[in-house]
Amino acid sequence: MIFSIQRFNPEKDTSPYFQDYEFEIPKSATLLDCMNLIKWTQDGTLTHRMSCRSAICGSCAVKVNGHTLLACKTQASKVIKDGKVKIEPMGNMEIIKDLVVDFGQFWEKIERIKPWLVPDESEKPEKERYQSIDDFRKIDAGSTCIMCASCYSDCCSLDVDKGFLGPTSLAKAQRFIHDSRDRERLSRTGEISDKGGIWDCTHCGECSERCPTEAKPLERITSLRRTAIALGITNNIGARHVKAFVDSIAHSGRLNENILPIRSMGLFNISGLMSLIPIGIRMMMRRKNPPIIHKPIDEAEDVRRIFRKLRKG
Amino acid sequence: MRYALFTGCVAKGAARELYSSTIKMAESLDISLDEMTSAACCGAGVISEENEVLSDSVNARTFAIAEDKGLDIMNICGTCHGVMKKAEHSLKKDNNLMDEVNKVLKSGGYRYRGRVKIKHLLNILVEDYGLDKIKEKVTKSLRGLKIAPFYGCYIIRPSELSDLNDPDNPTAIEDLITALGGEPVDYEGKLKCCGFPYVMMNKEGALTMAGKHLSQAKEKGADCVVTPCPLCHLNLDPYQPEIDKIIGKRLKLPILHLPQLVGLALGIKPKVLGLKKHIIRAKIFR
Ligand code: SF4
Ligand code: SF4
Ligand code: FES
Repeated sequence: MIFSIQRFNPEKDTSPYFQDYEFEIPKSATLLDCMNLIKWTQDGTLTHRMSCRSAICGSCAVKVNGHTLLACKTQASKVIKDGKVKIEPMGNMEIIKDLVVDFGQFWEKIERIKPWLVPDESEKPEKERYQSIDDFRKIDAGSTCIMCASCYSDCCSLDVDKGFLGPTSLAKAQRFIHDSRDRERLSRTGEISDKGGIWDCTHCGECSERCPTEAKPLERITSLRRTAIALGITNNIGARHVKAFVDSIAHSGRLNENILPIRSMGLFNISGLMSLIPIGIRMMMRRKNPPIIHKPIDEAEDVRRIFRKLRKG
Repeated sequence: MRYALFTGCVAKGAARELYSSTIKMAESLDISLDEMTSAACCGAGVISEENEVLSDSVNARTFAIAEDKGLDIMNICGTCHGVMKKAEHSLKKDNNLMDEVNKVLKSGGYRYRGRVKIKHLLNILVEDYGLDKIKEKVTKSLRGLKIAPFYGCYIIRPSELSDLNDPDNPTAIEDLITALGGEPVDYEGKLKCCGFPYVMMNKEGALTMAGKHLSQAKEKGADCVVTPCPLCHLNLDPYQPEIDKIIGKRLKLPILHLPQLVGLALGIKPKVLGLKKHIIRAKIFR
């Protein structure tokens, strides 16, 4: 089998390159086993991170055939395609050497969401602060994160905008925002609703797809968006977009694509509204603009009834 | 072959050529369609950001409409399809939710029984109809044309709900392109996000994303792109002049809807397929 591994030593190389290692995979070896054996028997200069070898410490994530995963949790035979596997360092982070990347910005973004509990100090419980099982379930999934950065590595939004907080921080934020013992829910939710927060995620699903635990960031981000709307933190394009969208379906059963962008931008957001003009004109020229007269679906009244019944507030 | 057609809002709004090309392609392939005119918007994953039960109820109502017709659902929008699969999954794994939703649907005379199959046109063509049969119907082979598939997130992720065999390495669109006589273009961006969901919130980010994928496709020699999701089309076609500005070069890449590409190979005229409605019109299809 060919292990095609990306190499880079900043002291010698001007840019990363691939080096092929021929290697027979021992029976039931993990990808990490193979990388170790290649290092120990073929090339001691090959550099990668690892520690626990049992999917707990989160240090061995690498990109395999283009998608990030934990090398110690992956059977090597499963990732061989046509006798070959391509291994690269994680994305969205600078390379330090070979497969080792710089987590600096990653940790800085985790710190930014204040990953610690802020309890109500006026209450002085005798022992610990109790939680009901139901309350615990709200934060259980988010707490399973092992900080491997697989999600961060494959996040499409980070790829084009390093200002985005990223899936790991937002999943961690959910764990504290939905903690029944934390008293900073409102200010925390406000902070992650700003630029670079929950509304800068595209829903692409890469993070949850790559996540080796139950933390599944996209699910956490979606629940944070629900919380933000429920708390009334709606003075931003993302939340206005949700409101306008749901209102439109509640009204006619179908999306009114003419009204949606205008209401999302906000009626007083002049520069935002102006930015809609070029695309509007372009689409009109091709008669690609949505019909001016918005036609409801058949039986729209039944859909309105469902919305009235289930939509509170 | 007969399906309950779910058009979705975009095929009735900003991408009406998707609707008309679907109808023409289906006629030509003898696939009969019963349009669900009383079905509501799938919610595009946005309704569930306000209220999950509401989103599941609206989709369960659509499933019930198809069940009453005794037909499986045909989606022509990748996003609608992904959202429906998610609703189906939530409803089927949680009996309490199913009961709650059916109570809501009852006053409208609907009941979801969990029987209907939800399919996307892509799978209907590749699996139900079959590539061999499509090959027989091709009258105007796409030979000489290099076509870049753009899958769209909702068709491939989450992988456990995807209909494709290997969602991290799918071949369905490539196989279809080959059956039509064209040559599929392989490029990294084909499984990535188009950026559309947040073009309102972060236009620069959304268009940079799109520009990155389209440039790769172009570098690999693509003459055009084909996508099974009209929302991807909306970011890649109408915004292309702005994408050009961000990446600093003219892409001029036509972005076709799936039934348009199939329609061309079946010998349907480009104009009838609505190719003139796109912002980026292609000389190759004149
Ligand atoms: S779903 Fe959002 S957070 Fe997750 S990878 Fe995509 S853009 Fe990033
Ligand atoms: S959320 Fe999942 S993928 Fe992301 S760092 Fe935590 S465990 Fe890894
Ligand atoms: S070595 Fe610890 S997670 Fe792989």
